[in-house]
Amino acid sequence: MNTKENIKKIIVKKPLKLDCGKTIENYPLAYETYGTLNKKKDNAILVFHALSGDQFVSGTNPITNKSGWWSYAVGPDKAIDTNKFFIICANVIGGCMGSYGPSSIDPKTNKTVGINFPVITINDMINAQYNLLNFFEIDKLFSVTGGSMGGMQALQFVANFPDKTKTAIPIACTASHSAQNIALNELGRQAIMADKNWNNGNYFNTGSSPNNGLAIARMAAHITYLSKKSLEDKFGRKLQERDDLKFSFDADFQIESYLRHQGNAFVDRFDANSYLYITRAMDYFDLIKQYNGNLSNAFKDSKTKFFIISFTSDWLYPTLENKEIVIALNAAGTDVGFIEITSDKGHDSFLLDVPDFLSSVRNFLEANY
Amino acid sequence: MKKEFKIISELIENNTRALDVGCGDGTLMKYLKDEKHVDTRGLEISKKNVQDCTSKGLFVIEGNAEKDLHQFPNLSFDYAILSQTLQAFYNPEKVINDLLRVANKAIVTIPNFGHWKVRIHLLLKGTMPITETLPNEWYNTPNLHMCTIKDFFNFCSKKKIELYKSIALNGEKTSKINSGNINIKNLSSELGIFLIKK
Repeated sequence: MNTKENIKKIIVKKPLKLDCGKTIENYPLAYETYGTLNKKKDNAILVFHALSGDQFVSGTNPITNKSGWWSYAVGPDKAIDTNKFFIICANVIGGCMGSYGPSSIDPKTNKTVGINFPVITINDMINAQYNLLNFFEIDKLFSVTGGSMGGMQALQFVANFPDKTKTAIPIACTASHSAQNIALNELGRQAIMADKNWNNGNYFNTGSSPNNGLAIARMAAHITYLSKKSLEDKFGRKLQERDDLKFSFDADFQIESYLRHQGNAFVDRFDANSYLYITRAMDYFDLIKQYNGNLSNAFKDSKTKFFIISFTSDWLYPTLENKEIVIALNAAGTDVGFIEITSDKGHDSFLLDVPDFLSSVRNFLEANY
Repeated sequence: MKKEFKIISELIENNTRALDVGCGDGTLMKYLKDEKHVDTRGLEISKKNVQDCTSKGLFVIEGNAEKDLHQFPNLSFDYAILSQTLQAFYNPEKVINDLLRVANKAIVTIPNFGHWKVRIHLLLKGTMPITETLPNEWYNTPNLHMCTIKDFFNFCSKKKIELYKSIALNGEKTSKINSGNINIKNLSSELGIFLIKK
């Protein structure tokens, strides 16, 4: 990793009381913007990233030198058109791309915060990011959007700030993290914590990081982002650079090689402790419980216009869970549209070139701008 | 806009809330929104149509009346509209009850199986009738429960559903239906349009 010093940041002076009871203040919040804020300041869209994302939505990520995670959707003349809209995305607190997180240095001890970092929630992430509205002097956003954990943040944003965005597009998400999702996250966390290099979270000065654990966590998670059909179509039983089985535990199959690559590439850009904290925040997300068992109460004061999008082959955040949000919004009497996009690409569909999805987002934004 | 939609929109008061069940490409919703300032929502089974509606700035939920009407709270609308699809449901009675649960009044339109052309087709040809309003063959029709406007008239009285307005449509010609002329209207009308309330 390099040039992390050049990342744009605000230092949030205002104390933030976290759900765990602790208070943080004077913490950095890293962000990136695309497009131009107009004079009326009514064209801003706050994009929220998912578990493994960061603030580099589009263009080339200056840290990884790869395309931004939502390059298919965000950019000039794209569905979220940067010629028209001003896009803001922040690295979530707990993350590892410049915002306050477990890899930050504690100025008091001059050591890495590590697992002294407080357990945070989606609610905390949103309350921290809300400071960006003040920073840009934006009274009301045009939209908030994101997929997966980004969708959860969009829901939480409207619940916390009912009159601060005109529209919201939560994508492939849920209002309450399911047992299956908690189980899959726990698998990833245990893989990290079982790596002896994790060393109870204190690995920064030891010269070795829990890379194996983090890579396995990523491999397991990556499978959940795909669908059975997309795996069949892309890999099937094809062998990796060999004509026959080798009767060993090498990566005989292409899918094995692919997953290993995904795991190894991930450890270069992601911090294992951040993975623990962010998955925990997702698991704790339960907007239904937060509103005493009635999700529609989360939206009852809001005039925000919603567009909910799910994907047919997404088994991680299936249509049924997205529809629960639609039902609650209907019960609250808000303006809500919903579409289930046909795609074989699983949960990852929202990140990929899925034309029906991208045109839906474009149509909704343009019709409501 | 087709005559049927004009009649439906005349039945709806300005500045009310309406749910268009099976809203298609949103033609009626858009008209109601723009011309009568009706706060409209749609429920639509076709993804393509949901996309079209979204790009018109309409709020439409992808779904099916039999499975998805449950998500709307009681009396959350002034009107629920169901145009020419009642006959395609497994359980039309349940759909009618759901429409009258979510809305104060419902507007239901029925392609009339009692129309003289339909009767003559069956009488003379002896095969399932194919007409402008019923264009499919028996083996690929989405229609499961065809009925006549007289059937619907009788259904309402049997189920204690109030018929606020009953309108017969034949081509571009409209006329009122009442218990005195129902047999004639059942023969001469292609479509029945009913404003009902429970």
